Amino acid sequence: MPISSFRETDLADGALRRFFERLGSQVTARVWRLGFASRFLGYMVLHSGTALRRFPLTIREIYFAGVLSLIIILVSGLFVGMVLGLQGFNTLERYGSSEALGVLVALSLVRELGPVVAGLLFASRAGSAITAEIGLMKATEQISAMEMMAVDPIARVVAPRFWGGVISMPLLAALFSAMGIFGGYLVGVKLIGVDEGAFWSQMQAAVDVREDIVNGVIKSFVFGIAVSWIAVFEGYDAPPTAEGVSGATTRTVVTSSLAILALDFILTALMFTGGNGR
Amino acid sequence: MNRSTIDLWVGVFVAAGFGALLFLALKVGNLASFTTNEIYEVKANFANIGGLKVRAPIKSAGVVVGRVGAISFDDQSYEAIVTMNLDSEYKFPRDTVAKILTSGLLGEQYIGLEAGGDSKMLANGDRLQLTQSAVVLENLISQFMFNKAAEGKDSSK
Repeated sequence: MPISSFRETDLADGALRRFFERLGSQVTARVWRLGFASRFLGYMVLHSGTALRRFPLTIREIYFAGVLSLIIILVSGLFVGMVLGLQGFNTLERYGSSEALGVLVALSLVRELGPVVAGLLFASRAGSAITAEIGLMKATEQISAMEMMAVDPIARVVAPRFWGGVISMPLLAALFSAMGIFGGYLVGVKLIGVDEGAFWSQMQAAVDVREDIVNGVIKSFVFGIAVSWIAVFEGYDAPPTAEGVSGATTRTVVTSSLAILALDFILTALMFTGGNGR
Repeated sequence: MNRSTIDLWVGVFVAAGFGALLFLALKVGNLASFTTNEIYEVKANFANIGGLKVRAPIKSAGVVVGRVGAISFDDQSYEAIVTMNLDSEYKFPRDTVAKILTSGLLGEQYIGLEAGGDSKMLANGDRLQLTQSAVVLENLISQFMFNKAAEGKDSSK
């Protein structure tokens, strides 16, 4: 009896110990990776001279990240705006203030939905493609070949993709918001019959250029940096196997979506709480 | 796809993006309406401003003639001082009455100006003498309740 009980505690001890070891190594690995990612960002920003001097490289990436995302961004924006128009009308109708529909659609799009939904779509449409491309270049040893030819792959491959994403994202978010407001206008004014003058004038009275629109653009710019950074880093850091590339692509979408939502909370708390009551 | 086609599409994309920003700034945010006009400042004291906010409209006969520039508290008279930025296009007599009104039953509050008969016009830095405070719903309800209670006492006698 005493022997078996001794063995049981020994087993439990070992399991507990393994658990903490695993936890510790996971945390250390995460912190190590974050440090590596930050060093990677610093190195990339310092070596983006090539991307900016040979601007056609970056233009090509704006084409792949921005222009090819246009369809999904515009169509999603239109539908999000149309849904906002329908839902907002139903709620506002109860309080007899359906003319405020324009305010509701414009503020929710410009402040929140535009940057956030465009960022999420951008992460899954363009971010995943960037990761997969860089990861495959690494897996097929194109990156090593560049290093052999004394071409810095970060300056030549990674930095143009990063800057292409950073430039595309605010423009996509602005297009998303504009398209959404147009969708809200279509449903609210053309379909349901809210007064057109009240729709636009109440919107114009309530939306502040500095407070709402500029803050929305700042948000989308921050999301653009975060998504592009995560996408190029995951691609560059991917294990050079088919499995590794697919895992890195998944991680890009998951991590950038979480980063967008967390950053959105922080930015909203900084931007829209102080000035509200005054 | 060759270089020049890509350049063309990126050009279209960037132009569309800036077009969308311009649309947001001008059509949605109405950037043009309050930056170009010349203004003059007029101050007024109110016993209670209710829910008046900075940048709330100032209307006369329903037309927007300016915006609230600043709201502060005077600890000598215990009143609120409202700085009104009026459009220089519109001149008002010196005995103009400023009232804090509400658009609709529960809408936002604005300042309504009613012109008086003075021949002298308001100038920059002047102070309005005649003001009417915001109607506070709680006070209104309590007044109504007291009146009702008083009526009930009278009729029971």
